Amino acid sequence: MSIKQSFIARPVNWNKIEDPIDLDVWNRLTSNFWLPEKVPLSNDVQSWGTLKPHERVLTMRVFTGLTLLDTIQGTVGAASLLPDARTQHEEAVITNIAFMESVHAKSYSSVFSTLCLTNEIEEAFRWSEENPYLQKKAEIVLSYYNGEDPLKRKVASTLLESFLFYSGFYLPMYWSSRAKLTNTADLIRLIIRDEAIHGYYIGYKFQQAFNEESKDRQEDIRGYAYDLLLELYENEIKYTADLYDEIGLTEDVKKFLHYNANKALMNLGFDALFPKDDCDVNPAILAALSPNADENHDFFSGSGSSYVIGKHEATTDDDWDF
Amino acid sequence: MFDIVYFSSTSENTKRFVDKLGLVSRRIPLLTKDVEGFHISTPSVLVLPTYGGGEDKRAVPIQVIKFLNDPVNRSLIVGVIATGNTNFGTTYAVAGDIVSAKLQVPLLYRVEILGTPNDIFEVKERLQKLWDLQQNSHQSPAFSS
Repeated sequence: MSIKQSFIARPVNWNKIEDPIDLDVWNRLTSNFWLPEKVPLSNDVQSWGTLKPHERVLTMRVFTGLTLLDTIQGTVGAASLLPDARTQHEEAVITNIAFMESVHAKSYSSVFSTLCLTNEIEEAFRWSEENPYLQKKAEIVLSYYNGEDPLKRKVASTLLESFLFYSGFYLPMYWSSRAKLTNTADLIRLIIRDEAIHGYYIGYKFQQAFNEESKDRQEDIRGYAYDLLLELYENEIKYTADLYDEIGLTEDVKKFLHYNANKALMNLGFDALFPKDDCDVNPAILAALSPNADENHDFFSGSGSSYVIGKHEATTDDDWDF
Repeated sequence: MFDIVYFSSTSENTKRFVDKLGLVSRRIPLLTKDVEGFHISTPSVLVLPTYGGGEDKRAVPIQVIKFLNDPVNRSLIVGVIATGNTNFGTTYAVAGDIVSAKLQVPLLYRVEILGTPNDIFEVKERLQKLWDLQQNSHQSPAFSS
């Protein structure tokens, strides 16, 4: 008579790493950990007062939109990736991602409670439940999270992390470039940094599974990724126009969307879709995002603020022990 | 043309970029213990990813540090290209700045993730410029080994 062993519970062993990327990403995520309470948001109160009423409404709507995406990613999106984890360490990383998304979602509430009145906050949340484009965006993503195909779930998750947030992230970067709400922008930059690692990691796990599939299935998934991106993009354009037409920034935001859509595809290991001319993001936005981003200047020209004349110093072998 | 020597983790993002350049390339081993026996013998451009998104210390992959610890290897590096993500703000592609400063060779370009077709075009053009520059002037201290 044999003992029935249908299920063995396995404790996760961090001293036996199957995929070094799991440990690397875990270390990065945990060392990047932050809470909204660490950001001095109250320093933005005066700046908030300088925004026009419609600019304040726009900002609050953008932030409830971002809150909705973080809520979905924290409670449904990341969790939907758990059953497909390839290692137990990956499961641990995913739970970190899920928790951090909840921190992000809560951080917008910190911005609201610092800057806004209760009735304004409630109005903005009501807007988020009634805006057709925001609801459509959530509906599309949720339908894939609840779907059967693990690869498609990862595609949807990566597109959310690396593309869908950016119509919202644009605005605090725009305010920051005009020296407004700069502490709020610091908080958003922390979120943006986290999303880059989430997008990279989920995209990496996608590529591992993708590479094991048959050629036919790979073509199917690749086609699906571009189709889903375009479906989301079409809705995102409407969402963007709905929000930004009033302050005349829609075209500028669209370039930021194209730029980030390309990065989302690259996180999945696929080629960029939008050509260079559609992605020439306003340099002020890029500078707000990453101060050295637009300094990909020709080093032969000697121009650009990052150009430094080389300092001469003899090197020793000790220099290389860094 | 220069050869490419690069590091790419198992995510292979940097490898995908290098493959698109279509140049002779060699990959620095993934396992740190294998790097010691890895040597280059031709003038090469180093392509490396940036790790972290936090402190500079950990931005350069350990395998690249080990590779550059070899005086012959580092003397053959004529330029650096770094990959990264602007989401990391001030530390975007910072591994390129660190190695460029250490080696006193130009940081030729920063690439996001695996690079767009335009990035490939720009990088090829710059490599050609650097190549021409070196062919015309062997006196340049930055490029002599």
